[in-house]
Amino acid sequence: MKNEWPLYEVFIRSKNGLEHRHVGSLHASDAEMAIENARDVYTRRQEGVSIWVVPSSEITASNPENFGELFEPAEDKVYRHPTFYDLPHELKHI
Amino acid sequence: MQDNLYTYLLMLGDNSMILGHRLSELCGHGPSLETDIALTNMSLDLFGQVRSYFQYAAKVKGDDATEDSIAFLRTERKHLSSLLVEQPNTDFAHVITRQYFFDQYHLLLLEQLCESNDDQINAIAKKSIKEVKYHHRFSKTWMRRLAQGTDVSHQKMQVAVTSLYPYTEELSKANGVEKAMLAEGIGADLDAIKVQYYNELDGLLSDIGLQKPEEGYFYKGGKEGIHTEHFGFILSDFQYMQRTYPDMTW
Amino acid sequence: MEHSIEYLEKQFQDRIDRGENIEAKDWMPEKYRKTHIRQISQHAHSEIVGMLPEGNWISRAPSLRRKVALLAKVQDEAGHGLYLYSAAETLGISRDELFHQLHTGKAKYSSIFNYPAVSWADMGAIGWLVDGAAIINQVMLTRTSYGPYARAMVRICKEESFHQRQGYEIMITLCNGTEEQKEMAQDALNRWWWPSLMMFGPTDAESTHTEQSMKWKIKRKTNDELRQQFIDITIPQAEFLGLTVPDPDLKWNEERGHYDFGEIDWTEFWQVVKGYGPCNKERLKARNKAWDEGAWVREAALAYAEKQSAKKIISKAV
Repeated sequence: MKNEWPLYEVFIRSKNGLEHRHVGSLHASDAEMAIENARDVYTRRQEGVSIWVVPSSEITASNPENFGELFEPAEDKVYRHPTFYDLPHELKHI
Repeated sequence: MQDNLYTYLLMLGDNSMILGHRLSELCGHGPSLETDIALTNMSLDLFGQVRSYFQYAAKVKGDDATEDSIAFLRTERKHLSSLLVEQPNTDFAHVITRQYFFDQYHLLLLEQLCESNDDQINAIAKKSIKEVKYHHRFSKTWMRRLAQGTDVSHQKMQVAVTSLYPYTEELSKANGVEKAMLAEGIGADLDAIKVQYYNELDGLLSDIGLQKPEEGYFYKGGKEGIHTEHFGFILSDFQYMQRTYPDMTW
Repeated sequence: MEHSIEYLEKQFQDRIDRGENIEAKDWMPEKYRKTHIRQISQHAHSEIVGMLPEGNWISRAPSLRRKVALLAKVQDEAGHGLYLYSAAETLGISRDELFHQLHTGKAKYSSIFNYPAVSWADMGAIGWLVDGAAIINQVMLTRTSYGPYARAMVRICKEESFHQRQGYEIMITLCNGTEEQKEMAQDALNRWWWPSLMMFGPTDAESTHTEQSMKWKIKRKTNDELRQQFIDITIPQAEFLGLTVPDPDLKWNEERGHYDFGEIDWTEFWQVVKGYGPCNKERLKARNKAWDEGAWVREAALAYAEKQSAKKIISKAV
């Protein structure tokens, strides 16, 4: 609808040392209001120390229909994972 | 009992209580969900302050006073809030203007009370000022938004400013108790606040294109317990339970 | 590669059967999308309309402690409505459209909020019974198949835990109080008990949506199962308060391991659903009023934002 405030996606860092995580979305007329609204809506119980807001329209997402070509090729690249490598059990700290 | 201190605490608490009450009336009726939540947050902050002030006041008063006996069992003439905060939620322009006019004062007041030599008031002020900084930013931003949004919003803001501006002077006009508290190093210096207050207020209004009333008349009386006709209706709501069912635990 | 709808639907059902979550951009049957929009928005509307009966008592709360608790609770409901509208919006409908459906009476919300909250004890009974019933439903929904809905429910359940306790604490206080207070509590239970049972919806035999919803794991238990679960949990809580549940047929059934209970007045249920409950008109009027009176505010904020960003573009260009 014409006069709707744009949608923003909200990301919150719950404490320093952790990454920002997507927590939800909200409407605001501008980015400044989005930050304020995010503070009031998503941190009422001290859930955060830092907030990011991004206009939802600015997010480019991968297409789930391309799941196969995007993500399945990684499936057989087991050599990227530590368990691929056989080392003697008595070895420590590696 | 220290009469002046007790009265001073009532004045501090009553402003937060009556404004908190006005904001609480809006819960569920805001212009957007997000704004509704924001206004309620401010109401909750203010009631938190009320509880701190009145718990302290109850100690000062002694006997069997409690935060609730102070909050719910005084008559209208014993309420010492300023006339500004009891003004009704006429529309969102009035809500925001009332809020900004109070927040600007509240912020300056708390800055001074953070230096109070009364430990309790000092501690309450240090906690509250964080909340009030946020209120102040919120209401100031909305003043700007609405004054410079559309023609309609500008007009509504002008009406609100014209009707509420005459209630502002009372906030920073010291009465006997406030002077006594200042002399003891407990209370704030309202003369100093007044200058800063109107610098800020008038500066913002001219910046966002709103006119203050030309005549320069001001209302007063709230701090002495003489209120507008709105007040009785506030109390009939606020005290309904305590008056209808006296002496019960809830 | 183009697949037939039947093939896609089969694949979709297989995913659900395997317990996978469906996400916003995944292919989904049109009916799954529509059902979700309907259910999630009904749920959101219920939160928003649900603010009204309790909101009426904020200004009259009997103590400062009760006042801030109630205020925080009603505010949470606004937050929960917001999370749910956001979840519905991922399915390609705007919040304004959803509001429009609510305001024009096209959308439904939980009928319980069409009953009046007439005493302070109702704040206790609503928290205890209405939130209690809602929690049973919501806990189930944290495992629902649609990801955004399930995540909203997780957040809501986390926050709701204080709501029911808040209500029950009010009831305890009243029941330990004077005779008048205890009567107030009993009266509230009398009025809210049956409407609370109705919150779980029509019986399984009458419910039109249950079968498909179970298949898609939107619901994981039937209305009757959930209702029974609520009754079994709640009766001991009523006994603890020393209150009497207003149902002469209520009896523990040793064999079933559940309480038997009396017939629900389905005529009343349908009357309220169809818009003729005691407060249907007032609730819609209040929502419409808030929305209409807020229109100029929303427009002004948007106009201001547009002016500001235009200014930025100009100052960059210069």
